[in-house]
Amino acid sequence: MKEEKPGWKKLAKADVLPAGTAESFETGDWRSDRPTWHPERCIQCLICWISCPDTSILVKDSKMTGIDLKHCKGCGICARECPVKPEKAITMSSERECKL
Amino acid sequence: MANLKELSTRKEALCGGHRMCPGCGAPIIVRQILLAAKDPVVIVSATGCLEVSTTIFPYTAWNVPFLHNAFENAAATMAGIEACYQKYKRDGKITKNIQFIAFGGDGGTYDIGLQSLSGAMERGHDFLYVCYNNEAYMNTGVQRSGATPKGANTTTEPAGKVKQGKSKYRKDLTEIMVAHNIPYVAQATAGSWVDLTRKAEKAFSIRGAKFINVLQPCRLGWAYKPEETLALSRLAVETCYWPAYEVENGVYKINIKPKDKKPIVDFLKSQDRFRHLFKPGNEGILEDIQKEVDHRWEMLLAKESSGKAG
Amino acid sequence: MAKDVAKTGNEAMAEAMRQINPDVVAAYPITPATEVVMIFAKYVADGLVSTEYVAVESEHSAMSACVGASAAGGRVMTGTSSQGLVYMFEILPIAAALRLPIVMCEVNRAISGPINIHCDHSDTMAARDFGWIQIFSENSQEAYDSLIQAIRIAEDPRVSLPTMVTTDGFIISHCLDRITILEDSEVQDFIGKSRKAEVELLNVDKPVSIGAIDLQDYYFEHRVQIAEAIKNSKKVIQEVADEFAKKFGRQYGFIEEYKLADADVAIVALGSTCGTAKVVIDELRSKGVKAGMLKIRLFRPFPAEEIIKALSNVKALAILDRSDTWSGQGGHVFTEIRSAMYEVKNKPKMINYIYGLGGREITKEHLHQVFADLGKIDSKPLYNYLGVRE
Repeated sequence: MKEEKPGWKKLAKADVLPAGTAESFETGDWRSDRPTWHPERCIQCLICWISCPDTSILVKDSKMTGIDLKHCKGCGICARECPVKPEKAITMSSERECKL
Repeated sequence: MANLKELSTRKEALCGGHRMCPGCGAPIIVRQILLAAKDPVVIVSATGCLEVSTTIFPYTAWNVPFLHNAFENAAATMAGIEACYQKYKRDGKITKNIQFIAFGGDGGTYDIGLQSLSGAMERGHDFLYVCYNNEAYMNTGVQRSGATPKGANTTTEPAGKVKQGKSKYRKDLTEIMVAHNIPYVAQATAGSWVDLTRKAEKAFSIRGAKFINVLQPCRLGWAYKPEETLALSRLAVETCYWPAYEVENGVYKINIKPKDKKPIVDFLKSQDRFRHLFKPGNEGILEDIQKEVDHRWEMLLAKESSGKAG
Repeated sequence: MAKDVAKTGNEAMAEAMRQINPDVVAAYPITPATEVVMIFAKYVADGLVSTEYVAVESEHSAMSACVGASAAGGRVMTGTSSQGLVYMFEILPIAAALRLPIVMCEVNRAISGPINIHCDHSDTMAARDFGWIQIFSENSQEAYDSLIQAIRIAEDPRVSLPTMVTTDGFIISHCLDRITILEDSEVQDFIGKSRKAEVELLNVDKPVSIGAIDLQDYYFEHRVQIAEAIKNSKKVIQEVADEFAKKFGRQYGFIEEYKLADADVAIVALGSTCGTAKVVIDELRSKGVKAGMLKIRLFRPFPAEEIIKALSNVKALAILDRSDTWSGQGGHVFTEIRSAMYEVKNKPKMINYIYGLGGREITKEHLHQVFADLGKIDSKPLYNYLGVRE
């Protein structure tokens, strides 16, 4: 769908933007690998949350609730940093396979 | 000192939807530092990866006031904002406490931005300057900077048939900042969120000019797998390549002293930007680099113990 | 009650700044502008203003700090010359693009090289393409009056553009003159107690992001907005001038016509040279020569319409430039007037004189020579130098 971009007359004055408009920009389609959260193994340490470059670990009332797949780029840091042993509470797998 | 559960209840300054590379260390650093701020914040960023990727018109990933001016003047720009804030406070127009944080890459801080940083620090404006240091001009394609370490491959001082990457050691900007006699200077990485958030919190509690130099692994320019960003950060500290320390009113404190100091080759071999150093014939360079790391570490230990003596 | 005082150009500008009492001044010294901010710094030290003064470490940082302070919502001023202005060049267009009403005292001085600290217009002219409003002053009175008007012009929401008011370095900046100054309260009433900023970075409850990168899909539109603002500013500049005249009795416009209506021969000039020219024109008039002058006060935006109208009866015109474009096609004012006049049917014959570079004196004799040349304009080359040793 072709977006209608405003002309100079309608465009707001100057290079000023209201906060947080990037929220609507979905970077989830950048992924080659997708993280999967295994809540049954999760110890709710929140290390994945503080380590995510894309603010994509969802947290509510100090508890992790999931992953924001609209923005997650699949970097794998959350899985790498997850301290749970022997199996991590976040694992990475192929995005394509997940989609299928 | 906040714990993660408490920090997770705070408002995020940076939302998802920015276009930093997958696994980029910069937004992790920004998130950790800004989560440590209890007061509202105002941000300035120099031109660079952070600024360009978080604000592409009409998208901005900042949930807090943000200004980008140019490449070399984040500190000067912030000086103007802070001056206006001081005036507004005197006039009673503003009563709340605001934390001012300027972000610059090593490009906009060590090199082209050094003048305006130095001036702002000498004048003692009440703000925190954070250098997210990925050791080259990454945004424009990995050109060398004054922060690039000896031996690193960059596009303007590449490793080739007759040259082995950067021939000279990087300059020590953290120590230059200490020489400005500002109340707080620190070095850190996001590899230890405890250390970085504590330092940010400490900085926010101090009135005056503050500086934190944060090493930021860059998966593109350093060439490693993106999930290793924080692990690499910790390795930089464990090899004493990037000591985690702070200087508060001239008193040195090393925050993380590796129990088993790892050899620098562990750090170097984990990134392709140093791959050429492992070619036969370059052993001398590796020895030099280890000697320099050791020398700098000894000097830092000496600074810490001389401070304690007083 | 207005009162008459003795002030140099720099003192007059500093006085206007004192009465304006901006929120922030970020400045760096450079001859011959130094005194403006130096005198102002003393006002700060003596508590005569409540301005937050930032003694930055370079002019680049001065303009950068001005951008920060203005984006924060403050009323912001600074001052500089020559190399200082050139060092600000990277940030000048950013100030305009971000629509920040920064007001600057620009004391015209030659740009290097060779290094020269004296008057010419090369610095202000070199900055003509950055989207700033540019006002030239003939003398200290104009500098004082224009600086006060500049605050209103720049901050008007129909404009929102940074503005520079210039004086001629040393000639006006350091020359003691008699000027009429207003009451502090009159200035405060005229400019409004504080700026009503449309965007305030310090309003943490309404966070904004300023200065995002524009890709190919938005830069053009943002730049056209500035072009339109510059065009719209003409109306506002006249409105402010008329209100100033109504309140304080001195009328300004984009240009000043001196004995031009019936002039056969005329010159165009900017700045202090106009003062000398007025004396020369009076002398010529007393001898029966129908001489006149067009003084340009507003250079950006360029008041083409008004200039064309003012020159419509002139037969032979000398355009004086205190700067050169280095294009081989004459000075700034010459090229812009020629371009504006292209479509005009009965336009005057025009020749160019580049004069006064690096503070080279321009005397009555020089100007008499120019008017004499206009008597035989057909034999004169298009491009001339006035006062240089060949």
